[in-house]
Amino acid sequence: MTKIFVDGKAYEVKADQSLLQACLSLGLNLPYFCWHPALGSVGACRQCAVKQFRDEKDTRGRLVMSCMTPAADGTRISIEDAEAAAFRKGIIEGLMLNHPHDCPVCDEGGECHLQDMTVMTGHDYRRTRFPKRTFHNQYLGPLINHEMNRCIQCYRCVRYYREYAGGHDFDAFSSRSQVYFGRYQDGVLENEFAGNLVEICPTGVFTDKTLKRHYTRKWDLQFGPSVCVHCGLGCNISAGERYGTLRRIVNRYNGEVNGYFLCDRGRFGYEFVNSAERLKQPLQRQDGKLQPISKARALEALAGLLADPKKVIGIGSPRASLEANYALRALVGADRFYTGLSASAARLTAVALEMLRRGPARTPSLGEIERADAVLILGEDVTNVAPRMALALRQSVRQQPMRKADQLKIPRWLDHPVRELAQDQKGPLYIATPAATRLDDVATETYRAAPDKIARLGYAVAHALDAGAPDVAGLSEAERSLAARIAEALKSAERPLVVSGPSLNSEAILQAAANVARALSAAGRAPSLSLTAPECNTLGVTMIGGGSLADAFQAVKSGSADTVIILENDLYRRASARAVDEFFSSARHIVLLDSVTTPTVQKAELVLPAATFAESDGTLVSSEGRAQRFFEVYPPVGEIQSSWRWLRDIMMAAGRREAAAWQDLDAVVASVSDGIPALAAVAQAAPSASFRLAGAKIPREPHRYSGRTAMLANINVSEPKPPEDSDSSLAFSMEGVFAQPPASLIPFFWSPGWNSIQSVNKFQEEIAGPLRGGDPGVRLLEPSAAEPRAYFTPASEPTSGSAGEWLLVPLYHIFGSEELSRLAPGIAELSPQPYVALNPEDANALGVQEETSVTLSLESVSRTLPVKLMPGLARGLAGLPAGILPIEGSGLPAWSRISRA
Amino acid sequence: MLSILRTLWNIFLHAFQRRETVQYPEEKPYLPPRHKGRIILTRDPDGGERCVACYLCAVACPVACISLQATEDETGRRYPEFFRINFSRCIFCGYCEEACPTYAIQLTPDFEMAEYHRQNLVYEKEDLLMSGPGKRPGYNFWRVSGVKIGGKDKGEAENEAPPVDLHSLLP
Repeated sequence: MTKIFVDGKAYEVKADQSLLQACLSLGLNLPYFCWHPALGSVGACRQCAVKQFRDEKDTRGRLVMSCMTPAADGTRISIEDAEAAAFRKGIIEGLMLNHPHDCPVCDEGGECHLQDMTVMTGHDYRRTRFPKRTFHNQYLGPLINHEMNRCIQCYRCVRYYREYAGGHDFDAFSSRSQVYFGRYQDGVLENEFAGNLVEICPTGVFTDKTLKRHYTRKWDLQFGPSVCVHCGLGCNISAGERYGTLRRIVNRYNGEVNGYFLCDRGRFGYEFVNSAERLKQPLQRQDGKLQPISKARALEALAGLLADPKKVIGIGSPRASLEANYALRALVGADRFYTGLSASAARLTAVALEMLRRGPARTPSLGEIERADAVLILGEDVTNVAPRMALALRQSVRQQPMRKADQLKIPRWLDHPVRELAQDQKGPLYIATPAATRLDDVATETYRAAPDKIARLGYAVAHALDAGAPDVAGLSEAERSLAARIAEALKSAERPLVVSGPSLNSEAILQAAANVARALSAAGRAPSLSLTAPECNTLGVTMIGGGSLADAFQAVKSGSADTVIILENDLYRRASARAVDEFFSSARHIVLLDSVTTPTVQKAELVLPAATFAESDGTLVSSEGRAQRFFEVYPPVGEIQSSWRWLRDIMMAAGRREAAAWQDLDAVVASVSDGIPALAAVAQAAPSASFRLAGAKIPREPHRYSGRTAMLANINVSEPKPPEDSDSSLAFSMEGVFAQPPASLIPFFWSPGWNSIQSVNKFQEEIAGPLRGGDPGVRLLEPSAAEPRAYFTPASEPTSGSAGEWLLVPLYHIFGSEELSRLAPGIAELSPQPYVALNPEDANALGVQEETSVTLSLESVSRTLPVKLMPGLARGLAGLPAGILPIEGSGLPAWSRISRA
Repeated sequence: MLSILRTLWNIFLHAFQRRETVQYPEEKPYLPPRHKGRIILTRDPDGGERCVACYLCAVACPVACISLQATEDETGRRYPEFFRINFSRCIFCGYCEEACPTYAIQLTPDFEMAEYHRQNLVYEKEDLLMSGPGKRPGYNFWRVSGVKIGGKDKGEAENEAPPVDLHSLLP
């Protein structure tokens, strides 16, 4: 702690930060543009000028940029000094010279950092008479809108995009007052984190194009604190609704998880909630066709189906909340509940869970991943499987070079000198995958091979770290020395990290990763092991426990069950069409609860419309093992309701009185935490519904929310009573106290004078630190102190197909591989068409070119697909897009013949 | 005693003074154009809809009786998809007119809006939009704003330089 004086008052602040950070942490208002907590200081915009005094006798002082000046002990500054204030006002006037007269039609208006700073400095009148500079805009894809006239040249976008996110196709062009930020020509921004430009840009140059299509100002949105459902990382989001449709997603800061940034799938995938594919009322099959019926009739029909409870099984889902899965388990009984994961996914997740529980490696949060200083990735294409983690890993390679800055006493927040010092130096990041990944540009070395060989490399690394770990035979000299280099890098790191996961469907890879972590621990390091999870609640449903989908198929086949209740799950995405069809034809009754129309709907006898994440509350367990609560953004319309409420109603209809206690979410959460010992802590993920802030509920709407007496007046001029929320301490209202709610209940960030998302500064304990009262979520997994398990032993030989066979491996896509986000038009536009990827040399040998049709013969099915040449793909492999093509046989990897069609 | 007589005399004199009461509705009083009565939406001098659906009137409204939804035509010109005022709630304060950056929403001297059914006081855009520019004849927001719409490219607004040529090497 150091002591600084601001306007004559003494404050205790944390050392090693800039004056700007110190002042903002203290809650003082100081305008800025080019500084961003995640990007550091460059001193480009001159907006944060303050007066600094030598000592208490100095009355003249001098202007300094607070972002470039360290908060050293005894520093005396003045923010309110007349000269400093006039300087800041002048800077804004200069920045506004060319700013167009278009706030009324600008999507940033009302949450614009430039507006806020202009008001803060007091600049209110345009004096210049010269013409304004103008620019043409660019087309940047279906997700981001470009309006270059509004630019104030703060350079944040290009610093974020190129230096932080590692993009290459965006830059600053031209010179002097004509600097232009864009691509070298029109086209879709390539980086998967480009959507953050919307929040990074202090004004309206980059705005959300999906929001533009149903534009609503920030003050008119009803927000709910939510958790992203499009991958397993559990990034915190703030979702906004107006007139009954979901309008947009913005980042909800969580210091330990997503920090300031989201991936584009998470930010723009929300439109599935508004999609035409939504199920809106109960459907019953009559004469072969699904016909809408009333809720009462649906429940009546269900009660009939459940007459013999011994014959009913339930299939849960990794994309449904813990509460919904638990309610289904309660309905059918623990021994007749199946997790809904495919056999291989269930096995791999169980293995992963066991590894994380036994230790010795700890599962790191995304914040800890960012601070790791040596990383080994085994088999995961992180950018496409757990996108936000890739952005964290991209920062982790800066950890080792930044130590040099520490030695030279250059503070880490002084962004430009630190980057100049590091130049192109990167900390160790080793990537072993079948195909090239988007992180390769920062990788120390990459290794391209089939899944089995990747696992063998992992075993070799473990052996090189600890001679006690089993070795693998048959590695080439190059592979041996690579393993030795990886081992050396991990061993000499302070915070080594191993990233792996189930994407390649290989238990061997997971075991190899566990061996590396175990060997690191044996070598005296404290390793982290991050295992990705494919869906938002894969870990949660596995913790609830139950058989896999294959077991469910077996139960019906053997005749021990004939009625199936499926919860938010499209079985055709988890098993081959043949297996699922066979299952459906052998089951007598199929009941489905889901929010969107899937191929499974076409097989169901009774379909109940479930709420999406935006219309329901629940808890999800992220791949870190963090249980996080998401809250309703708006009440579900019509017959739609949360899955757990449907299941409760079904139980009541079937005469199961114990469900009567489930009147609100807290009761279900309590049942989950009592019923499943591993999930005992979920009740602490967020305060209960009885929590009150200064005696009132927390408003979901900003206090400026407009149109309350007109939005429904066309239906009835007498306004209805606002809906009540019995499930949480949030209210569907603008009425409440302006005070900071507990971190997991913050619907949106706003503070007087700070309308933009930058107002998050006011909610943190310190800048870029945790939210006041601790970051949201509760960790469920900590490694046990018991003796770590023995090393896994590798298989003696990698598997191989017969001559002429290719190993098909899944290739993941951030846009397209995930089920729900594909229904969002913007994401759908960026999704790839089905293809088979081949290494160009392999393609040459086969005599095929790009776009040539080839036929794959897989088990008994054959499929014709166009060839896509992929130079980064290992030889002998063929890649198929995951989640885009139907599953054949037992899924990928699989051996197949390829021939010209 | 004297004061009572004076009062009686004054009252008697009032019987011969000019009447302030008019025979409404046969006789209509003059109301100045700035009188705050029935709200209208105006058009710009070119006949286009002036409202750009910026939501400022809605947020300024103290009784929250204005609601609208923004949309855009194919050229990027923004306008309200619907625009609704619930006059049964309106207090005719005129904040909406003050907040409007395009002079689209204006209050008029018309106050004769009584209805037997409250529901009839809900006015939609068709009921609000008139054919002229109202009190601000010359103003057209799109001519001064820096965004591109149909018929007006970048650099063609008032007091704008032509768009920067990024390929130029001149300093």
